[in-house]
Amino acid sequence: MRVDSLASSPGAAESGATGSVRPPGFYTLFRTEFILAVRRRSDIVNPLLFFVTVLAMMPLGIGPDPEMLARMAGGLIWVMALLATLLSQESLFRGDYEDGSLEQLALQTQPLYFSVLAKVLVHWLVTGLPLAVLSPLLGMMLNLGEAGYWPLFMSLALGTASLSLIGAVGAALTVALRRPGLLLALIIMPLYVPVLIFGTGAVQAALDGYGYGPQMAILGAILAAAAALAPLAAAGAIRISLEN
Amino acid sequence: MQFQFENFASFLTMNGHGPYVWAAYGVAVMVLVALVVAPLLRQKKLRKEFSRQLRQEEARHRAAAQRKAQSEPAATA
Amino acid sequence: MSWQWFHRLGSPRWFYQKTSGWLPWLGAASLLLLAVGMAWGLGFAPQDSKQGNSYRIIYIHVPAAFLALAGYYIMAICGAVGLIWKMKLSFVVMRAAAPIGAALTFIALFTGAVWGKPTWGAYWVWDARITSMLILFFLYLGVMALSGAFAREQSGDKASALLALVGTVNIPIIYKSVDWWFTLHQPATLKLTQASTIDPSMFYPLITMIAGFYLFYAWVLILHTRSLVLQREWRTQWVRELLEKPAPAARA
Repeated sequence: MRVDSLASSPGAAESGATGSVRPPGFYTLFRTEFILAVRRRSDIVNPLLFFVTVLAMMPLGIGPDPEMLARMAGGLIWVMALLATLLSQESLFRGDYEDGSLEQLALQTQPLYFSVLAKVLVHWLVTGLPLAVLSPLLGMMLNLGEAGYWPLFMSLALGTASLSLIGAVGAALTVALRRPGLLLALIIMPLYVPVLIFGTGAVQAALDGYGYGPQMAILGAILAAAAALAPLAAAGAIRISLEN
Repeated sequence: MQFQFENFASFLTMNGHGPYVWAAYGVAVMVLVALVVAPLLRQKKLRKEFSRQLRQEEARHRAAAQRKAQSEPAATA
Repeated sequence: MSWQWFHRLGSPRWFYQKTSGWLPWLGAASLLLLAVGMAWGLGFAPQDSKQGNSYRIIYIHVPAAFLALAGYYIMAICGAVGLIWKMKLSFVVMRAAAPIGAALTFIALFTGAVWGKPTWGAYWVWDARITSMLILFFLYLGVMALSGAFAREQSGDKASALLALVGTVNIPIIYKSVDWWFTLHQPATLKLTQASTIDPSMFYPLITMIAGFYLFYAWVLILHTRSLVLQREWRTQWVRELLEKPAPAARA
C-alpha cells in the first residue's frame, strides 16, 4: 500500500530514475499519509460518530435538565473528545507495522522523529480538528453557554494535538501486541490529565466571564513540549516494538 | 513522654476515632506484610519447581542409561 | 578499570551474592524502626487539638505517600539505566519496584480515605493530593500491565522502562495541574486546616516512621529483585547450584 503511493510521489519517481534511493522528506511523507488517511474514510468518520453518539447518550443518562447539562457540557465534551482520540489512536501505526513499512521507516536515514511527527500531524488533522469543529454544535445540544463555544473549539483544537502526540507514544509501545485496546487506554489516560484540566478550565473560565488566555497559553506550552519530546519517545518505542 | 491513654479500652476507642485509626494501621500492616511474603513465596515455588525438574531430568538420565545397557549386549552379540 | 564496579553491579549473580548478607540487617532495622514508630505514634504522641486522635493516621499516610512518589522515580531511573547501559539487573529492579510502589500508593490512598471520614465527613474527597496519588496509582498500574503484556521479556523491559520515563516527565506537570484544578474547584467548606508548625513531640515519631519506611522499601526491593533474578536466571549454572544446595537429598 505504502510502496504504491510512494512510487507515485515525485520524490520516489526521481530517485527511481537516478537509481539511488532517496528517503522521502517530511512533506512527501505527510502528503502520502494524508492521502492514505483520506482514502480510509471510516477512520475519519468513526471517531466523530463515536463522539456524537456517546454525547447523545449523556442527557439520556443524567436527565434533560438544561441547567445541569449546561454545567456539565464542557467537561463531558472534553472527556468524550479524549476517548475518541484515544480509540482512534490504536490504528496509528498498526497497518504499517503489519505490512512491514514501519520497519522500512525505521531503517531510513531520515530520523524517525519526523516520520512520527508527520503521522501524528495527519492523525490530528483527520480526528482532532474535526472533533474541535464539531464541538460547538454539540455544545449547543448540551446547552453550553454561548460564551463557551469559541474557547471550546480553540482548546479542543490545541488540546487534541497534544493528545495525539502523547497517544502516539502509547500506540508505538503497544503496536506489537495483539489486543492493545484497553492496555493503551490504561497507560495513556493518566498522561492526558493536564490537557484535560486546562482544556476544561479554559471553557469554564470563559463561561464564568473571565479571560481564558492563561489556560490557552498553558495548553500551547504543553503542545510545544509534547511536539518536541513525544515523537522522540514514540520513535524509541517503535524501535523497541520492532525488536519484539 | 508518657502513654496518652488512661487504659487499654480508651486506647482502642481513641475517643471515637478508633475504627478509622485501627483500620488504617491494620490495612497498612497487612499490605506491608504481603510485600515481604510475596517474594519469599515465589522463591519457595521456584525451588519446588526446580527440584521437580531435577527429578525428571534424573529419571530421563536413568532411563537413557538403562536403554544403553540393554542395547549394548545386543550390539556385542 | 575504574568502571569495573559499575559493570559488576549489573551482574545479577554478583547482586544476589552481595545482598545475601545485607538482608537480615536491613529487615531487622526497618522492622524495629517501624515498630517503635507505630507504638510511639499510636500511643505516646500527644493528641492533636483540632483533629483528635484521627491524626495518628499521618504516621502511616505520609511515609507511604513519600515512598510512593520516590518509588516511581527509583523505578524510572532504573529503567533509564537499563535502556542506556543495557544493564540486565537494572530492568529487574525496575520490575520489582513497580508492584512495591503500587502497594505503597494504595496504602497512601486507603489511609487518606479513612482519614478523610472523621476530618472531612467523607471517605473520598477530590482533594488535590489524593487525586494526584490516584493518578500515580494508575501510572504504576500502567507500567505493570505493559511490562507483563509482552511475550518476549526484553521487549517488556524496554517498553515499560520507556513508559516509566515518559511518566516521570509528566508527574510534575500532573501535580501542578491537579493542584491548580483543585484551587479552582475547592468548595469553601472543605478548606484544609493549614498544618503550620508541627510540634516536635509529634514530629519525632513521624521521622522514625519515614526512616523505617525507607529502610523497609530498600529491604523489600532487594527481596523482590532477588526472587525475580532467580526466576530469570533459572537456567544458568549458578542458580542451579544455589537451588540445589539446601536440598542435597534430591541429588542422592
